[in-house]
Amino acid sequence: MIVTWNCPAPEGGSPTEEMLLAFDRGRPVRVLVCPAWFDEANKLRRFTVEVMRRLDAAGIDTLLPDLPGCNESLVSLPLQTLAWWHSAMTSAAEMLGATHVLAIRAGALVAPPNLPGWHYAAQTGPKLLRGLLRARTIAAHEAGITETSEDLIALGRESGLTLGGWSIGAAMIRELETAEPVLAPGQSAIAQSTIDGAGLWLRTEPDDDPGQADRLAALIVRSLSEATG
Amino acid sequence: MTTLPQLGPNIDSEAGEAALDRELKGLIADVLGLDPEQAAAFGPDSGLFGHLPELDSMAVAGLLTEMEDRLGIVIEDDDVDGEMLETYGGLLAFARGKLGPR
Repeated sequence: MIVTWNCPAPEGGSPTEEMLLAFDRGRPVRVLVCPAWFDEANKLRRFTVEVMRRLDAAGIDTLLPDLPGCNESLVSLPLQTLAWWHSAMTSAAEMLGATHVLAIRAGALVAPPNLPGWHYAAQTGPKLLRGLLRARTIAAHEAGITETSEDLIALGRESGLTLGGWSIGAAMIRELETAEPVLAPGQSAIAQSTIDGAGLWLRTEPDDDPGQADRLAALIVRSLSEATG
Repeated sequence: MTTLPQLGPNIDSEAGEAALDRELKGLIADVLGLDPEQAAAFGPDSGLFGHLPELDSMAVAGLLTEMEDRLGIVIEDDDVDGEMLETYGGLLAFARGKLGPR
């Protein structure tokens, strides 16, 4: 089900309407899904929704809000900051009545700290930037242009950068340089090795792996049943 | 995710060499979504960048980042050249060189 939620704007601006994919049947356990970012968002979208379908079948509601500036959002991506995305996900959790959070890859950087839940294959800001910068320097090299990661990041800190086709603002770049996911109380890490198989974010093209989706969903269901005894 | 603690000091040994070969092939298969058998059949002259349609600049970036994570090496911008990426043998020699001095 695709619905919308009103995302409060930073510094008292008007709220913006953002989209949300939800399996919402008003059940007691409601998991906010903080999606992977940028190119990984595309590669993991199907997997993310497949996990949500399985949780739905297991009697669990899931809520997947778009990050402001991404997908159908009307706000500008280069104006987004890490702090703002963090606050947007916390607002979404409150507005939607989430009881838990499932953060995927860099989604862990913006997971609401007041909810119990899981960080799946959490990604750090520096690694995220390193991968994107590297893709850009390799593509530039192929085109006969010399760019170094060092020069690019220096430029990015001042005026933002387009990396992998994503226009990322200067503030976001500066924040990502030191951003590390933090497990809040009640949150646990799920490493890729525990669900077996290679992470789908590694693939060049978006792909699917029903077995991995089964195992991640099963792990979450088990974790929930252990928590409630 | 597998790690290769045994690769450090034993990299010159045949077992270390075979482990590195296996790890690198597994890594390429994971990143490119190749059939493991296709990757296992790579020889020193098997073409990579420019030969495998799956291996574009984004995939090369992913491959190098994954090599850093799994092999515990750091790959600088200057390290990345056509030669290391052109063939499987070139990439294997590069990984061996990065691991060697430890």
